[in-house]
Amino acid sequence: MSSPLSSARLDRAGTLVGLKRMAPISLFTMAFGLAFGVAALHRGLSGLEAVMMSGLVFAGPAQFAVLEMWGPEIPLVALIATTFAINARHLVMGAAIYPWLRHLPPRQRYLSLTLLSDSNWAMAATDYQRGDTDNVGMLVGAGLALWLAWLIGTLLGVVFSSGITEPERFGLDVIMSCFLMAMLMTGKRDLWVLLPWSVAALTTLAALTWLPANAHVIVGALAGGAVGLLVPPRSTAREAVS
Amino acid sequence: MTLPVSPAGALTAIVIMALVTYLTRAGGVLMMSWVPIGPKMERFINAMSGSVLVAVITPMAVRGDSAARLALVATLGVMLATRKPLPSIGAGIVTAALWRLT
Repeated sequence: MSSPLSSARLDRAGTLVGLKRMAPISLFTMAFGLAFGVAALHRGLSGLEAVMMSGLVFAGPAQFAVLEMWGPEIPLVALIATTFAINARHLVMGAAIYPWLRHLPPRQRYLSLTLLSDSNWAMAATDYQRGDTDNVGMLVGAGLALWLAWLIGTLLGVVFSSGITEPERFGLDVIMSCFLMAMLMTGKRDLWVLLPWSVAALTTLAALTWLPANAHVIVGALAGGAVGLLVPPRSTAREAVS
Repeated sequence: MTLPVSPAGALTAIVIMALVTYLTRAGGVLMMSWVPIGPKMERFINAMSGSVLVAVITPMAVRGDSAARLALVATLGVMLATRKPLPSIGAGIVTAALWRLT
């Protein structure tokens, strides 16, 4: 069962704990950042632009997606819409940890959120849902590890760009999907989760076919959430990990 | 409306992306501070949090090549068996690399 905690804290020691826990996993993020650096240079970004994008945006799927539209001119509306649609999952993720973060002072809260991304959120949300921790440093420290790895990885990719012409040959392109799959399967679960997940998968497929690009993430998430209301409370609470 | 791929144009595009992305990062928490969360809302969010990942993974599985799909299956299998993300992700990557080697 999820039991919202009445306290949350953010301090240096707790942040270090999160950083250390994410460090081994962030090596994969580094490899993915390397792939991004290589791809970005191939698409005509300068090395500085690629590194700046990783440092400021820090969102892999969105960054890869906008590379597709990096031509002689950058379409502004498409850039904004794509970035928002792909990152809209952050809205859901933020909402899920709101009961936890609201105990922090606003400044710490919104500063912590600059580092919110899939893997550190999954890690922190898992702890939170289990009622394991009041340490927001788990989110921030793990996010810091991922950000550094993403930045260093991009830098490495830019530097060694000429050496790696086909990142997919080394399996680098599947890191993101494999990571997300691993995160989905983390935590205690029962078979009830298959109900919202199946609906999510089916509506995602429908949205991919009939709706504008990138609408599928929001559609699948909302449909799965709606079906979650039909599932016995105890089951949904336990699936609430990733 | 377009931006030129001059240094200034590219920098503008990157900053806009960064702002939009931060808006999504902070937006969920911002919205929730106006809407109280009842048990129903929490159940909805809980089910939604897993479904988001399903929605992100599904197109990767559908549109990916055999190697990408096998990588997902390998990750799923090792994850179910060991519950350890690191070896699971490693298995996925190695699977994709080996499949493409042949």
